[in-house]
Amino acid sequence: MSIFFSGASRVGYETRIYFRSPDTVFFTFLFPFIMLGIFTAAFSVGGNLGTNPDGTGGVSVGAYYLPGMLAAGMLLSGVQNLAVDIAGEKSDGTLKRLGGTPLSPFSYFMGKIGQVFVTAILQAGLLLLVARFALGIDLPTSGEKWLLFAWVFLLGVITSAFLGIALSAVPRSGKSATAVVAPIVLVLQFISGVYLQFSTLPDWMQNLAGLFPLKWMAQGMRSVFLPDSFAAAEQNGVWNLAWVAGALALWLVVGLILSRVTFRWIRRDS
Amino acid sequence: MTFLDPVVQVRDLRKSYGTLAAVNGVSFSIAAGETFVLLGPNGAGKSTTIEILEGYRDRSSGEVSVLGVDPRHGGLDWKARLGMVLQTSGEQGNVTVTEQLTHFAGFYPNPRNVDEVIDAAGLREKAKTRISKLSGGQRRRVDVALGIIGRPELLFLDEPTTGFDPEARHQFWNLIRGLKAEGTTILLTTHYLDEAAQLGDRAGVIAGGRLIDIGAIDEIGGTEARVPLVRWRDAVGLVHERRTSEPGAVVAELIAQTGGEPVDLEVIRPSLEDVYLGLVRGDKLPTQPKAPSSVSNGTGDILT
Repeated sequence: MSIFFSGASRVGYETRIYFRSPDTVFFTFLFPFIMLGIFTAAFSVGGNLGTNPDGTGGVSVGAYYLPGMLAAGMLLSGVQNLAVDIAGEKSDGTLKRLGGTPLSPFSYFMGKIGQVFVTAILQAGLLLLVARFALGIDLPTSGEKWLLFAWVFLLGVITSAFLGIALSAVPRSGKSATAVVAPIVLVLQFISGVYLQFSTLPDWMQNLAGLFPLKWMAQGMRSVFLPDSFAAAEQNGVWNLAWVAGALALWLVVGLILSRVTFRWIRRDS
Repeated sequence: MTFLDPVVQVRDLRKSYGTLAAVNGVSFSIAAGETFVLLGPNGAGKSTTIEILEGYRDRSSGEVSVLGVDPRHGGLDWKARLGMVLQTSGEQGNVTVTEQLTHFAGFYPNPRNVDEVIDAAGLREKAKTRISKLSGGQRRRVDVALGIIGRPELLFLDEPTTGFDPEARHQFWNLIRGLKAEGTTILLTTHYLDEAAQLGDRAGVIAGGRLIDIGAIDEIGGTEARVPLVRWRDAVGLVHERRTSEPGAVVAELIAQTGGEPVDLEVIRPSLEDVYLGLVRGDKLPTQPKAPSSVSNGTGDILT
C-alpha cells in the first residue's frame, strides 16, 4: 500500500517541479498553444478549409489545426517531457540518490506517469478553452464524440509516457538529451499531420508516419473534432478507429517493454 | 543478525576494471555504534569500496555483509535502514529545502522530524529557499540532511564536508556526535584528517586498492609514528630536531646546556595528518618497507 502512497506523493512532487522548470513549461506545455496561434494567424486569410462546392461543411484554420495540436501536446507531454527529464535525472545524480532510498521504482514511475497525465489533461483542457473562447471554434456536443476523445487521449498519453521513459535511455548525458529527443519529436510532428495537412502529404510519407504513434493520435483527434465529411481525406477514406486503437496499443506495449528492460537507477558497471 | 554481529563485514573484497584492480583484497568490519573512517588518496579505492557496500556497484570477489545482508540482494527494507551521503550530487533543485526533506521523509517507515533535521543541519534560514539557489556548502548540508532523514542504523558519509566553511564543519561534527550518541553506526570517508580525528573511533588507510593500515584512530600508524619532535635553533642559527618520547626531558636538558630559553623552541606531536601522510608516502615508495614507522622518511615531511 505504501508504494501507492509514495507514488501519489511523487505525482504532486513531480508536477510541482514540472511547472517550476521554464524550459519544460515553454517547450512542452505552451508549445501547442503557440503553434495553434501562429497557424491560425498565418493561414486564416485563405478562408475555411474543406468547404464543399455548395459552401457548406468547411472549418476554420484554427478548427482544422486543433486536433493536431492536441495530439502534439500528448506527444510532447509524454515523450519529450519524460525522455529529457529522466535522462537529466540519470546524469545529474537524482536517480542515484533515489536508488539509495527505499523508494520503489514502481512509485517513481507512478510519479512520472501521473505527472504526464496531470499536465497533459491541464494542457488539453486549456487548449480546448482557448479554442472555444479565444478562437471561437465549435466543439463537439455529442457524448459519443467526447467518449471517443477520452479513450484516444488516455491511450495516447500513456503510450507517450512509456515511450518517453524508453527513449530516456538513449541520450548519453542530460545535456545531449534535448538534442537527441527534440529532432525526433519535431520530425514526427511534420510527417504525422500536426503542422502540415496530412491529406496533402505524399503517400510514402503518410505510410512512413503510419509506423509511428503520433499519426494515429492525430487521426483519432481529427475524428473527434472535424466533421465526418473530412474522413474522406484520410488514408482509405475512413477514420479507421480500430487501427488508431490497435497502433497505439501496440506502441504502448513496445514502450512498456523497452522501459522495463532499459531502466536502471544508475548505469551499472561490472 | 544479533547484537554482537558487526554491522559491516568485508572480507577480501576485490573489484577489477579490466586489468586494473581498483580494490585489491580489502577486509574490515564495523561494530554497532562505531564510527569507522576510510582514509586514502584520491583514486585509492575508497569510493569504490563504499559504493559496493551501498549496493551501487557489483564486486569482483570477496564477501560483504551490510546489516546482515549482501548488498547485491539488498531490497527496499534494507535501504530503509541505511542513510547515504554520496560523494557527488548536482540535482536541478527546483524544490525548497523543506519540500525536499518532507518528500524524502515520506519514503521511510520511521523518519526524523523534518524541522529538527533542518535545525541540526544548520539550514533553518534556508528552509524556504529552493535548493538550486543554495551555495555549494549549503547544498552539501542538504545532502547530509537527506542522508539522515530516514533515521538510519548505518550512515555512509562519502566526503560529506567538501565545500564547508570552518564553522559549518564544526556544526556538522556536532550533528554527527549527536548521531553517534544515538547509536548510529557510521562509515566516513574524508580528506580532512582533523575531521577523522574528531569523529572516528577506528580508521583504515587505503592506498592503491589495498588496506595498508587499520586500527584505533589514536593508534593508527603505530606508536613510533607518534613520537614527538623537539625543534630549536642554536646560537649560530642552525635548526636542530630530535625525536623523543620524553620531550620535556630534552627541553630541560637544552636549557641546562645553554643556560637560557632555546630560540624558536617547538614540541611537535605528530597529528593524524602527519601519521597518515607518512603511511601513504611510505606506500608509494616500493623500495621502502611498508612499515608504520615510515614517518621517518625525512623529518621534512612531518613539518610541512
